[in-house]
Amino acid sequence: MADATTDQQGVHPTEAVGVAREPLVLNNRSLGWVTDRICGIVEKRQPAVWWVLFVPSVILFGCLLFTLVYLVSTGVGVWGNNQPVAWGWAIVNFVFWIGIGHAGTLISAILFLTRQKWRTSVNRASEAMTLFAVMCAGIFPGFHVGRFWMVWFLAPVPNANAIWQNFKSPLLWDVFAVSTYFTVSVVFWYIGLIPDLATLRDRAKSGLAKGLYGFFALGWRGANRHWRHYEMAYLLLAALSTPLVLSVHSVVSFDFATSVVPGWHTTIFPPYFVAGAIFGGFAMVLTLMLPVRKLYGLEDLFTMKHVDYMTKIILLTGTIVGYAYIMELFIAYYGANKYEADAFHIRILSGPYKYYYYCMFACNVIIPQFFWFKKCRQNLWVVFIIVNFVNAGMWFERFVIIPTSVARDFLPGQWGFYASSWVEKLMFLGTFGMFMMLFLLFIRFLPVIAISEVKGVLPESDPHHPEWEALRKKRRAGKGNA
Amino acid sequence: MFGYVAEFSSASELYHAAEKVRDAGFKKWDVHTPYPVHGIDHAMGLGKSWLSAVVLCGGVLGSFTALALQFFTQVALYPTVVQNKPTNLFTLPAFFPVTFELTILFSAFATLFGLLVFIQLPRWNHPLFESKLFKKFSDDGFILVIESRDPRFKRDKTRSFLEEIGADEIEAVVV
Repeated sequence: MADATTDQQGVHPTEAVGVAREPLVLNNRSLGWVTDRICGIVEKRQPAVWWVLFVPSVILFGCLLFTLVYLVSTGVGVWGNNQPVAWGWAIVNFVFWIGIGHAGTLISAILFLTRQKWRTSVNRASEAMTLFAVMCAGIFPGFHVGRFWMVWFLAPVPNANAIWQNFKSPLLWDVFAVSTYFTVSVVFWYIGLIPDLATLRDRAKSGLAKGLYGFFALGWRGANRHWRHYEMAYLLLAALSTPLVLSVHSVVSFDFATSVVPGWHTTIFPPYFVAGAIFGGFAMVLTLMLPVRKLYGLEDLFTMKHVDYMTKIILLTGTIVGYAYIMELFIAYYGANKYEADAFHIRILSGPYKYYYYCMFACNVIIPQFFWFKKCRQNLWVVFIIVNFVNAGMWFERFVIIPTSVARDFLPGQWGFYASSWVEKLMFLGTFGMFMMLFLLFIRFLPVIAISEVKGVLPESDPHHPEWEALRKKRRAGKGNA
Repeated sequence: MFGYVAEFSSASELYHAAEKVRDAGFKKWDVHTPYPVHGIDHAMGLGKSWLSAVVLCGGVLGSFTALALQFFTQVALYPTVVQNKPTNLFTLPAFFPVTFELTILFSAFATLFGLLVFIQLPRWNHPLFESKLFKKFSDDGFILVIESRDPRFKRDKTRSFLEEIGADEIEAVVV
């Protein structure tokens, strides 16, 4: 018995019997296999499906450019927003896209700090998703300012009248939060890419590819005197990004929470927005990664275990979001604020947008509850359908929060109704085109999974692997005798 | 001659070889691996990376830049009385978000540029890129390099030393 205990302690956690964990990379793949499989995606011809998705994405991106030109050349009147609903789809879509970005940083930073090694298979693609989502998000407030050529007023430089920005305004906080978020995400993503770019450089056949990958790889030599600083840089960036990601959506929620509009003026907004962002972001990661996994044969790297973990995070954050919805209603009922109570009465019972609320509640709170069942978590079709409900639900949530509250505020005299115009609809579709186009190009030209990080979690990459092996053999032999 | 490039069969072999090279007293040498091998810093006799100190300086600089920018423009230069907020020292809470964001931003830049300075990259040409064996580092090779400028380097002795500590293949890099 004593012997068994010592053996158990001496055995590598991934290999201990009884508490055996499923390996992170299935089928005992070698280092070389990991390189070949991931670089192969970039080096081989793309499957037909890639083109089937890419062409419509480019067309939709063209629609986005068209609507933007139409908007600027005609005026913001082509959008449906007006008084009292000045923040229509533009801000709804901004919050929707910026929220999606959060899963990428959560995976790359928070899961890194908490030593969740399974993140290595998903972090690269999620970070790319973050960048593209934030790019899509940035378009909306940029054009929502009305005169796009005046957008430099947002930057901290005095305008023509020598007046500076109002640093007390949440809207300016938002400018700083979102631009910092984008910049830091780019830095984090790029530092992570350097070793993988070196791998692509060393494998490249054509001179152009070698030159470009080589240029961006900065002459990386994988030296351990470099790795030790590199690892410290990665750790520090993770530690910096963790509070950053929590701050970004909190600051976005301040745009609403610091106003006095009933339905916006609530203290629950920052945590509620952050939970919702992670929830929606994970749904988008799965929406993108499930087809990628199937299409490029990455089942051994992006395993069912990953799907299981991610669906559980969706379940958790979705339930937190559900709690926030119900708590908002409870406070409106219990808080003795007549306007707040009315805002929620309008929102869920008597107002023109009540069906949006029902859609939101069904998609975000009720449908993800299927993830309590392992059968649902392990069926990829079910997962794919549910996460798409979540994607839609998160858009509805932002719609419910934004136009519903301002359409009916204090005085019935200023009540109005907001409906989006075709320009807004096409623009929103256009950002999906842009997002998909960028993501497909990312798959085409860059390693979709972090090669060096996945190598680091293989059992054989542990320098003490042979010793663990020997111990395991010894223990097995001991068991055989008993 | 730049030095010897030696390949080892596994992370474990490389780890033990690194310990021996360290104990033999070499200084101008390094291991090149496809991923950061856990614990090999110790086997090489390297300490903690002090990149964190650079990043701390970046963060402090960011905080002060943000506070200076906000107090200078909002309190000293052009006080705008809006949102019922004061325009004096007590405006501080309203300045907190931007201060936080700039702290993070400056720290991130300090990390990136500090890293590049510490590891002396970008450097697109290097004698090691002439070696075919060396290129395996980015795939599945575990490479150990001893440079000829190391005072203990001897053309024949170092080669046999590398063979002794278990190198599978050795290549001399000549430039």
